[in-house]
This record gives sequence, C-alpha cells and structure tokens, in this order.
Amino acid sequence: MAHFTEPFHYEFFRHGLLVATLVGALCGMIGVSIILRRMSYIGHGLSHSVFGGAVVSYLIHWNFYLGAGLWGFLSALLINATAKRRNIGGDAAIGIVTTASFALGVALISKSRTFTRNFEAALFGNILGVTREDILVIAAVTAVVALAMFFGYKQLLFATFDPELARVYGVPTHWVDTGFALALAATVVASMNVVGVTLIAAAIVIPPTTARLLTKSFGRLLILSTAIGAACGFFGMFLSYEYDVASGAAIVLLSAALFAAVYAITSAKRLLLSHRQVALSEPLRSPAPPITGLAPATAGSDDHLFD
Amino acid sequence: MATHAIHLDHVSCAYEASVVLRDVSLRIPPGQFVGMIGPSGAGKTTLLRSMLGLVPRVDGEVTVRGRAVAPGRPPSGVGYVPQVETVDWGFPVTVENVVLMGKVGRMGPWPWPSRADRREVAETLQRLGIGQLGGRHIRELSGGPQQRTFLARALIGRPRLLFLDEPTASVDVKTRDDILHLLVQLNRDDGVTVVMTTHELNTVAAHLPWVVCVNAGIVAQGPPTSIFTAPILSRTFGTEMRVVRDLETGNLLVAEAGTHGPFSSRQPSAASHQLSATG
Repeated sequence: MAHFTEPFHYEFFRHGLLVATLVGALCGMIGVSIILRRMSYIGHGLSHSVFGGAVVSYLIHWNFYLGAGLWGFLSALLINATAKRRNIGGDAAIGIVTTASFALGVALISKSRTFTRNFEAALFGNILGVTREDILVIAAVTAVVALAMFFGYKQLLFATFDPELARVYGVPTHWVDTGFALALAATVVASMNVVGVTLIAAAIVIPPTTARLLTKSFGRLLILSTAIGAACGFFGMFLSYEYDVASGAAIVLLSAALFAAVYAITSAKRLLLSHRQVALSEPLRSPAPPITGLAPATAGSDDHLFD
Repeated sequence: MATHAIHLDHVSCAYEASVVLRDVSLRIPPGQFVGMIGPSGAGKTTLLRSMLGLVPRVDGEVTVRGRAVAPGRPPSGVGYVPQVETVDWGFPVTVENVVLMGKVGRMGPWPWPSRADRREVAETLQRLGIGQLGGRHIRELSGGPQQRTFLARALIGRPRLLFLDEPTASVDVKTRDDILHLLVQLNRDDGVTVVMTTHELNTVAAHLPWVVCVNAGIVAQGPPTSIFTAPILSRTFGTEMRVVRDLETGNLLVAEAGTHGPFSSRQPSAASHQLSATG
C-alpha cells in the first residue's frame, strides 16, 4: 500500500495524475464522435496542425492556448470545408491542411533559431512539467466539453448518424459541426502538453474503439469511452512512475493493451456463443411442401443457359 | 393556407458542373399521393431532395406549404425516409434511438427521452408492427423491420408531408404491401401528402393516384391510366416497354423486357395468357 501511495508525496505527480485522468476522459469523450464519423486520422492531423499554431503564437507573443487553439479551430473548419468537395475525401483534406500547418511550424522554427520554449515537450508530452495554468485550462475544457455533450447529446447523435437527415429534422448541423470542431481543437491543445502531439491520436481513438466492442448504444459508448480514457490516464501515470517511461507512451500503451484484452475476450465470447447457438438450434422450419399438379423439372435447354 | 403543398417553378439542379434536372415545374396539391418513376440516374432522388432543399439549385424556385425552400434550409413539418443504402448499419443505435431522432426538435433539454417520448415511440412502433423491436440494434433487423424503423422515425413527428426515396426497395412482397397500405391509410385518413420515388412500376400502377415520369426533367404526369402507356413509358425509360391489363384484376401491368429483351427468342409463358395488350 505504501508503495502505491508513495508517488502522492510529490506535487508534480499529483498534478500529473489529475491532468492525465482529465485528458484521458476528455479524449475518450470526444473520440466517440471522431471514430463514428470515420475521422480517426483527424486527431493525429490536428495535433500536428496545432503545432504550427503553437510556433506562430510564440513568434507573435500570443498566449500559447489562445494562439494554438484558434489555429486548431480554423484548421478543423478548413478541413470540414475542404472535405465537402465531392472529389476530395475527408482523409485527403486532413492530410493537406494539417501537414501544411505542421510544415509551416517547422519552417518557422528552422528560420528563427532563438526559441527558448521546449517544443519537444509539445511533440512528446511532458506531464511532469504541468503548471497550475495547464490544470485550470484542462479542467475548464473538460467541463465545457462535457456540458456541451450533455445538452447537445441528441443533436450530436443525429448529426453524427446522418447529418443530411438531421438537417431535415431541424438539427442545426452547421452549428453542431462548428461546435464540435471547436471542442476538438480545444481538446487537442489542452492535451498537447500532456500526451504530446504524436500520441494524441491514440488517446482519442483507442478508448472509444475499445468501448465500441462492449456496447451497441451511443449513450453507453460515450460513458464507457470516457471512463476507459480516464482509467488509462490514471493508471498509465502509475506505470510511467513505476517503470520510468514517458507518461504519454505509458498511457497509450496501457490503452492499447486494454484494447487487445477486450478484443480477445469479446472475440472468444462471440465464438463460444455462435458454437452454442449452432449446437442448440433446430431446423428453423420444415421445407415448403411441393406443389402438386406441376410437371417435374426436367433437363431442358434452360439448364444449359451458360454452357 | 397554401394552394399547393409543393410547388416547383422552373427548377434546375446540378452537382458541380453536371446538370441533373432541367427546368422542372410541378404542382402537388395538399393530400395528394405522388409516385415518381424513371430509370436509374434520371434524377428522381434529386427531384425529391430538391423539394427538401438538400441539393444545389442553379435556377428556379421551390415552395413547400407556402414557404420558399432555400438550398441547405429544409422545410419544417416534413418527414423524410431516404434510401437505406445511405445508412451506416454499424452505428451504435437501437430502433428506439433511431425513431426518437424524428422528434429531436420537440424533446426536452436532457439527453434521455421522457416517459411521454418513450410512450410515443412505443405507439409508433406498434402501429408499424414492430412494437417488440425497440431495444434491438438496427443491424440485427432484417430488411422489412429496418425500413419500418425509418418510416417510424418519419411518422413520429406527425408530418403533413412525407417524402420517401424508394421505400419498398429490398423488402419482400408482404412488407411492401404493408408499407403501401400504411402510406395509403396516412394519405386517406390523415390527409398527409405523400411523395415517393419507386422502381416498382406495377405497384405504382396498381395503387397510386398520380404518377410523375422523370428523366432529367418531367416527361409526363397524370393518373396511371393516362401515364401507363407504351409511348410515355418508353420515352421515360429510353427503352421499348409494353403495358398490359390483367384481365382478372383489371390492373395495368408493365412488361419491361417486352419482345426485345435478352431472352426475347423464348416463347411467352403460360402465365401471360391471361394478359391482354393495352396502350
């Protein structure tokens, strides 16, 4: 027990644990709509895009969260707008917008070599250097996104299931999409310092994908995915401390292991169930009785149609 | 009250550079039951969707229930059943979830439905003969119950206008008849205006009071008795078609392949002896 409580003596660990749990929950929550919209790549892309915004905001002396958040939001809107062209898929739109933005960040870094800010932390995560400002921002983003999901649940469900039809039934899909882009950008920016640009996609995609193996209901999927994300953040931090590995990597590896375990268990369960059903099943119904009075089928020209 | 439930005035629709419908003018009075027929790619779905403001318009005006419909701004008080091909069957939703979507604008602020909402869903499902399936995932249903689920979603909002895109595609004959009976009942008893696209010419001929032939525009419109003639159908479908009358029921029947199809060298079957050519 003492071994378990030991890291709590350190403030950096308490802060890290709180932030990792919140970020895990936040990414898990927002990830549900991401995977159902088949946009898993957007988390990965947007986190790279935000990196460009982070560099620009540093250069023009803007607040990191404000600059990177605005950049991410505009990138998400641009992706949505580009993807609406019939001959450009969502994946291509993500690829174009986000890599261009990331490249801009890299170009600006290589041009100006006077950075004091640690962009490595933004790339790979530095949960141990979490400040009170980080905690406040992450808590605020988590609370706002959770509230928006709660009160916009029905609209989000319909707009994700069938956006066109949702419009017919009075759902303001444009505002739902815009709000979602804002929430996603805020999630990515808030998570960046914790799990890092390179691992955000996994934190967004793995919890809902794992939860999807366990439920057929959108509501339960949201709750489960949030819980899995939070649990992986919480226990991933312990693993990070115990084995002295990067926090982002520990969280994502734990999520992936959980996914593998759930996948194996649900597959085995399905296999068992189908075997049992086959064993218990009887012929569904007896074949229809033959109609009397008709000439029996004989081999005629029709039987050799494809000879 | 508007004179027409739906009024299209010289409407042309295009997807990017490709014009799909050209100069369509159509007036559908309230309480009408309209079937739109035509070959694949003729623009039936586009015409239906133009009434809902779901396609880009390059010209013309659309008015539904007296109000102008702008592209991207669907009219209110309508029900819409799109083609089932557009449905994401793996999406985690139950039948009840899907039906509740039909009244999304009239529910409370909470994520969960009220008792009254649930009761309304149960009644609608009961009416459609799938009362016991509310908790099932949509993928677990067969074609008939799936189509009834989407019909229930359209009906739970008590629409005055119902738009259906091939509602009887991929369902068995019994389900098709049940769906058509329900639509006829809604139209006759509740005065709901129904507009549907279909490929089932014989079903349309037998049941619907008004038919619109579509092929990049409106080729002809009127009651089946005046529309179901060999020249009009041949012009609509771009291929030779015959129309015959079933001597037993008096219904018009379309013989699509006629004597020119891939198996035209074969002799007519005994079953066709009861039919006589018409039109």
